[in-house]
This record gives sequence, structure tokens and C-alpha cells, in this order.
Amino acid sequence: MSPVVLPAAPEGGRGSRRRGRRAGPPRGVCAVRPTRKWFRARDPVVSSFVSTRIPQTVRPGREGDVVCAVRGLTKTYPAVRGRRGVPGTPEVRATDAVDLDIRRGEIFGLLGPNGAGKSTLVRQMTGLMRPDRGSVEILGHDIVRHPERAARILAYLGQESTALDELTVSLAAETTGRLRGLDVASARAERDAVLDELGLAPLAARPLRRLSGGQRRLACFAAALVGRRPFLVLDEPTTGMDPVARRAVWAAVDRRRAEHGATVLLVTHNVIEAETVLDRVAVLDRGRVIACDTPSGLKEQVAGEVRVELVWRERAPLDVPEVAALREAAVESGRRWTLRLAPEEARAAVATVTGGDAFAALDDFTLATPSLEDVYLALGGDARGLVKA
Amino acid sequence: MSVVPAEVLPGRAAPAQDTAGRGAGPAELGPRARLWPALSAVYRAQLSRARVARIPLLFVATFQSVGIMILMRGVVDGGHEARAVVAGASVLVVAFVALNLLAQYFGQLRASGGLDHYATLPVPPAAVVLGAAAAYASFTVPGTVVTAVFGCLLFQLPLAHLWVLAAVIPLAGAALAGLGAALGLLAPRPELATLLGQLGMSAALLLGVLPPDRLPSVVRLGRDLLPSTYGVEAFARTFDGHPDWAVVLLDLSVCAGVGVASLAVATWAYRRAAVR
Repeated sequence: MSPVVLPAAPEGGRGSRRRGRRAGPPRGVCAVRPTRKWFRARDPVVSSFVSTRIPQTVRPGREGDVVCAVRGLTKTYPAVRGRRGVPGTPEVRATDAVDLDIRRGEIFGLLGPNGAGKSTLVRQMTGLMRPDRGSVEILGHDIVRHPERAARILAYLGQESTALDELTVSLAAETTGRLRGLDVASARAERDAVLDELGLAPLAARPLRRLSGGQRRLACFAAALVGRRPFLVLDEPTTGMDPVARRAVWAAVDRRRAEHGATVLLVTHNVIEAETVLDRVAVLDRGRVIACDTPSGLKEQVAGEVRVELVWRERAPLDVPEVAALREAAVESGRRWTLRLAPEEARAAVATVTGGDAFAALDDFTLATPSLEDVYLALGGDARGLVKA
Repeated sequence: MSVVPAEVLPGRAAPAQDTAGRGAGPAELGPRARLWPALSAVYRAQLSRARVARIPLLFVATFQSVGIMILMRGVVDGGHEARAVVAGASVLVVAFVALNLLAQYFGQLRASGGLDHYATLPVPPAAVVLGAAAAYASFTVPGTVVTAVFGCLLFQLPLAHLWVLAAVIPLAGAALAGLGAALGLLAPRPELATLLGQLGMSAALLLGVLPPDRLPSVVRLGRDLLPSTYGVEAFARTFDGHPDWAVVLLDLSVCAGVGVASLAVATWAYRRAAVR
């Protein structure tokens, strides 16, 4: 068995997600930038990322005008008393003093696992739910005091399609347009344009219920776009969609942004999507905004870290002392170990597992620069429930 | 852009000028959907659902009423009682669809979050409720007519005044659909909405089809409270050779009154359910 030589990090080279997949012995390629500042998870510094004002103050050149301002938004679900056979639930603070500023023309994301309070927050911002405290102002309108105005300035794509399920794609889009105040002719014209744009024209005569999950979602997205609105609120719009449909969604969003200056609030639990489409992202955990910045800005916070994933063939060779030492830093999930290490530590770890006795037990390993998921973990969030796809 | 220090804000609404550094005032609001266009859009959309999902249920409603009339043929022996049976069975189709199915529809829509779709569109609540109620009342037309014609032939009643169904269906339909929508929107859980809808229909069945003379007085009181009763009575009276049109009109206006009230309650219930 020959030891694997790790290539030196190219100067200024950006670390990329590459994996060494093993046919015989594992081969790994790592390219990390050792010059980034070392950041340790759960460092006290973390608490300073709580304020949403951080991005504005650190990057003064990038301020646009704010189209949506949320201040001190708080919503608590009351405790539910247990009944026979049903345990009660304690009081839950679903939204906890949330502050947000969303600027004109940006795609602003709310990222967090299921149950982090994303949808509850969005429902308050769209006038569907009254907050206990705090204010929401969209394009100069107070949505807490006048929730009915929300329907006239924003389009909302919720997670449910039950209202449209039994309609055909065409009628769903047309009816939604008419209920947004369009007359018959313009509702039909916009319907046709949107269905063509999203590639839904061949499905126009099919009822939503008979479509696949992704197609149905796309049809609901089409309905949300009929009757132009300057502010789009999309709650997990691409759930279940294939890559073609996803591209259609992001192209349509971009077009509305470029041509009409539309602003988008996007709810997602998909970290890859968040990294690729969002201009800025607020990270939610248990109803609180624990960070708010651009995806790359957030990743800077953990730039000193390298994620090392090790997959063992059957089980870890704990008889190797170096491997046993690594176990303390690892998050184990079956045969997979995930470690977040400083570049030098990562280099040493990889050298350990790719040489000597440990190598025989190794199935696969990956070195990667941090993703938003790592940011989420570093900020103290519970990343179970985040999706990478 | 002015930045509000976070310490100033906890738990308090920020003054407007602090929240955004815009020079212009509030953005122009999009148009509001007006009542009649919105109502007709909802009506059309709801009607199209029938093609997809409701036709089997409409058959069930009709067969149920026809079956009941055949059963009752062995019990009643023509005359006044036969009229009550035919009228009751015909209005039962309206109760099945407008009350029972609409209660289920709104119950499910509310529970699944489907109301969010309408609540985030600038549409008057009355348009959603009236559009859905009108569509469900329309679903009942074929079944009611088939039942009435079949009943008239079965019990040898005159077909001359069947045109009165043109008034009975919309008015009883409005009253029962309003009731169904209100039950569906007010029920805390969808199963409860289904249950209430079923109970309402059972009440319409028992109190409408069974001739009132044979009912105990308490049940008769319940019969008087049920809006469908007045539709049944109005219809039953028209089987006379020379119907008393004033009384028919009175019965129908009770239906209309209850219809207006129950649709108003349903609209209020929709408003309440839409913003939680």
C-alpha cells in the first residue's frame, strides 16, 4: 500500500468540494487556503452576529433602500394542555424578537431546519397571522395594522396547494390573476405568458391533483406570478422539483428582479439552494435570527475551518491511537464521521487515515470548505433537518 | 439610511422614518378585486372542480333520494304525505351537496392551510364564500330535477308546477350552503366539520322527508328551525291543483332570509378563519 501524497494548496486557490472515491486505495484531493482566520465553533464572538444590522455596518457601500423592515417581531404559541392519551405541549416562542431589513431587488433568504419558525415568521409578514408584538413594514405599509394591504403588494406562495388542487393548471393561474384584480383579458394574457415562461403550457389542461409533486409546485408558482407584484414571498418554492423546473423558477425570479425590480423573500431549508440563489440570508434557529449576511459573508465566519468527512468500510479502526483521538472531535452518523478542523489539523488527520493501518478500514473521504450548514452549526444551531440537495 | 440601534427597539414598533431610508411615501397598492368579477371567478373555478371530483358524489346524492322515495312508497299512500316525501327527497339533494359537501370542503380547506391562498389575494371575503356557495348550489340542480320528476311519476303527482324548483333550489341552496360554509369554517377540526355536515344532512333527511303529522312535537319544533323545511313546504304546496301562492312565497322568503343571514355568518367565519 503506497502512501498518498497530498498536493500542496495552490496559492490563493479556492477550496472546492471534491471527493476521493475509492476503487482500490482511497485518493483524496484537498485544496485549502491556510491563510483564513481560524474560527472556532461556539466562540463567544458568535453572539455578535445576532443583530441584523451587522451586514449594513460592515458593508456600507451595498445598501439599497429597504422595502421590508421587520422590528422586534414576536409570536408565542400558547401552551396546550394535555388530554387523555395526548401529552400537552409547553408554550412555544415561534418568533422571538426578529429584526430584518430586506432591500429592493434582492433575493433574501430565511434558512433554518423544519420547526425553526420560518413559516410562522413569513405568515406574520404576509398578514396571515397577527404577531404578539413588533412591526412589519413593506413598501411603506404597516402590515401589522393593515394586514389586508399585504395582498395588494405581495404575492405569496405557501406550502399548501389545496385551494388549487382540483383546478386545471390554466384555470388556477387565470383565477388567481382575476382575484388579484386583473380583468378577464389581462388575466388570460398573463396566464399564457407565465405558463409559456415556465414550460407549463403542455400541462395547461391537466388538473393540479394529477400532476407530480414538482409539477404541482411549479403550477402554484405560476399562479403566484400572475398579476405582477413588487414583493414575492416564496415558501420553499422548489420542493420536489427536478433541476429543469428549478432553473425555470430561478430564471423567472431573476427576470422579475431585472425587469421590474421585484424583491424576493425566500424560505428554504436547503443549504445548497441558499448558497447559490440568495443575495443575503437570515439564519433562523428556534425563532431567533442567529445571523444575517451574504452567504459568502457568513461562510467567512467559519473560513478557517475545513470539513473532513470519513466513511469507514465497516467500522472505525479505534485500535489506531490517532483515529481514537480523532473520534472525540467527530460527529458520528453510522459509518460516517464528520469533523470540523483547522487546515493543519485536517491535513494531519487526512495523513493519518490515508496511511498506515487506518487506511485499510477507510472507504471514502471528503475534504471541503465550509458550507452554510457549517455556519449554522458554528452559530449554535441544530443542523439536523437542513437539506443538502 | 438611518440605523436604529438595536437597544432602542426591543418589543416596540419602530417609528416609520427609522425603518427605511426611502424618500418616497408608501408604494402604490395593487388593485383590489371587485366583488362581482371575483365572485364569478371563484364560481367558475369551483364549478370546474365538479368535473374533476364531484360527479360521483352528485350521483350518490340523487340515488339516495330516489332510493328513499322508493322506500317510502310502501309507507305513505298518496295524497298529502306523498307530496311531502317527493318535496323532501328533492330538497335532500340540495342539503347533501350544499350543506354536507360544502361544510367538508371548507373544513378541509381551513385545516390544510388552503385558505391562505385566498387570504393573500385582495379578494372580498364575500366573493369567496358566495362563489363557493353558489357553485355548490348549482351542483344540486340536475340531481334535484331528476329526483323531483322521478318522484312525481312514482307517486302520480302533477308535473305542472315543477318550475317552482327554479326558485326553491337557489333559495334553499343559499340557506343550506351558507349554513354548510359557516359550519365548515367555524369547526375547530375538519373531522368535526364533516360530522356537523353529516348531522345537518341527516336532520334535513328525517325532518324533511317524513310527513310532519306523524312527528312528536319536539321534533316538529326542530323541523321548524331547519331552513330546508321551508323549501320543502313551498315545493310541496305546488303539487295542489290550485296552490296558495302567497304561502309558497312566504315560505320561500323565509328561505331567502335565512340564506342572507347564514351567508353573512359564513362570510364573518371566513374572515375569522383567514387571519389566525
